[in-house]
Amino acid sequence: MKEQNNDTEPIDNASSDEAASPAGKAASDEAASPAGKAASDEAASPAGKANSGEGPSPAGKTAPDEVSPPGTPPPTTPDPNLQPTEPGQAASGRGEPIIIIKGVCKSFGDHNVLRGVDMYVYKGENLVILGKSGSGKSVLIKCMVGLETPDSGAIEIFGQDISRLSYDELNAMRIRIGFLFQNSALYDSMTVRENLAFPLRQHKKTMTREKIDAISMEMLENVGLADAIDQMPSKLSGGQNKRIGLARTLILRPQIMLYDEPTTGLDTGTAREISELICKMKDKYKISSIIITHDMPCAKLTADRIVMLRDGAVYAEGSYEELERSDDEWIKTFFY
Amino acid sequence: MQRTLNKTFFYNAGDMVAFMARFFKYVFKPPYEIRETLYQCYLVGYKSTFLIGLTGFIMGVVLAIQTRPSMAEFGAISLIPGMVSVSVVREIGPVITAIICAGKIGSRMGAELGSMRVTEQIDAMEVSAINPYRYLVVTRTVATTLMVPLLAIYADIIALYGGYIAMNIHDKTSLQHFFVAAMHHLEFIDVFPAVIKTFFFGWVIGIIGCYKGYNARRGTESVGIAANSAVVASSLAVFIIDLIAAQITDLLS
Ligand SMILES: Nc1ncnc2c1ncn2[C@@H]1O[C@H](COP(=O)(O)OP(=O)(O)O)[C@@H](O)[C@H]1O
Ligand SMILES: [Mg+2]
Repeated sequence: MKEQNNDTEPIDNASSDEAASPAGKAASDEAASPAGKAASDEAASPAGKANSGEGPSPAGKTAPDEVSPPGTPPPTTPDPNLQPTEPGQAASGRGEPIIIIKGVCKSFGDHNVLRGVDMYVYKGENLVILGKSGSGKSVLIKCMVGLETPDSGAIEIFGQDISRLSYDELNAMRIRIGFLFQNSALYDSMTVRENLAFPLRQHKKTMTREKIDAISMEMLENVGLADAIDQMPSKLSGGQNKRIGLARTLILRPQIMLYDEPTTGLDTGTAREISELICKMKDKYKISSIIITHDMPCAKLTADRIVMLRDGAVYAEGSYEELERSDDEWIKTFFY
Repeated sequence: MQRTLNKTFFYNAGDMVAFMARFFKYVFKPPYEIRETLYQCYLVGYKSTFLIGLTGFIMGVVLAIQTRPSMAEFGAISLIPGMVSVSVVREIGPVITAIICAGKIGSRMGAELGSMRVTEQIDAMEVSAINPYRYLVVTRTVATTLMVPLLAIYADIIALYGGYIAMNIHDKTSLQHFFVAAMHHLEFIDVFPAVIKTFFFGWVIGIIGCYKGYNARRGTESVGIAANSAVVASSLAVFIIDLIAAQITDLLS
């Protein structure tokens, strides 16, 4: 993977594991939340949503008007109900999280895209990540599948730290993770049928041609495009390509799906169909998902929980309804 | 400024060497992508035959016509077939073939892999746990390594035939007579290094075309840049290999 981002990050990567967290993060991990914030959280918030004193509070929880020194992650929302939570806090009784992201930082040159992202996903949960374009959402999920290497921080999926995996182990994990690209990324030299069959041919060498065809057909029927099977992707519309991309990703039966803006650039009808498809797939195949979007209807339909990303860190967290009710100016801009 | 330039240069050179080294890591190790390799062989080999045949033919004709006056001066018309065959087999056939392939195949691979990189198709392979280097780069490079020598031999034969046609403008010879005379002057030391170097030509065309495409930056214009620099770099590499091959052959003979 190194050869993909060769020119931006020559040497720093190797040593980054130990040198993990950004300045100020480590300190705030031990100390309880600064300056009476925790207390007011507890007072204000219902139902144990507040940060408990002993749990490591999210870094840099300074008042929003305070200018944070470089290196510290940007502030979170002042709204006490929408503070980012720790695993186990928001939804107890759901078992261990299947994805844990801790303090992930990533910069390109001197552009700090991610500045300490903490988040987690439970089994069978749809987590929506909201954020303005260019806020590093795609970079974050690319870090999860090893397409980008974080400068620091850790990502654990299925209980394994992905930065410690060998290439073969990483590939074994990638088969269990589906990734829907922002622009579908269909292989444009292949027909739809070959696009779907390609991952199967590569990974299930013993599978017969008929079996592969049958599975491809089933998947296309799932996304409602069975009659496009012998078309070239370039002949199809953006929405159709997205659905075929989805079928191609689901064909290996992943346990985790990462959707990068599944509805962006589509008309509202198609966008709704795709959102419904995401929910259908979740119910049918019991998939845990991360859905990146800035399309609110999609978020409303698919989200079990929403995390908002701002300036490279988690700004707020909550359900759709909770966020909708918020008075925070920045959050309101999403719910126009 | 100068220092960073040097640094980038050495960094890029090291990167390229590492990219090339990976080829040998994968090429002998199963699973082999036989289907894709054969398809690439078809694209590289069959699709270039007309262009290379035509160029080879013209080269043979021109060579025979142009050597005739000086040969006639020494009364050595009978040496023309040998003259043509030695220059075609040793130098013109392999190099012309390689340059045409660098232009036609190198640019295609640079542009193809470059656009696959830009549209995230290579990333898509990566995340579906398919090794894109093995599937894209190894297959294409193996195809050029095997096909360029064949194309060069084919170009040699067509060029000799062109030489025969051109010779018949003034002097009547039979095809059989021409070829016997041509072969008579060819020695092992002419043919063997010439064939060996075409393998290197093929390899370098494939690997550089793939390198440029595989490492294309973000953005559409980088596809054009990848295709362009693939042609420039692989043509240059062909001439450098040719120079080295000439030196080595010279030492051996
Ligand atoms: N490979 C890269 N090289 C340099 N900059 C990058 C790279 N990938 C992403 N970026 C930058 O990171 C920022 C976030 O990108 P991205 O994650 O795609 O945003 P979004 O949240 O819209 O998906 C952008 O400003 C982009 O320019
Ligand atoms: Mg994006």
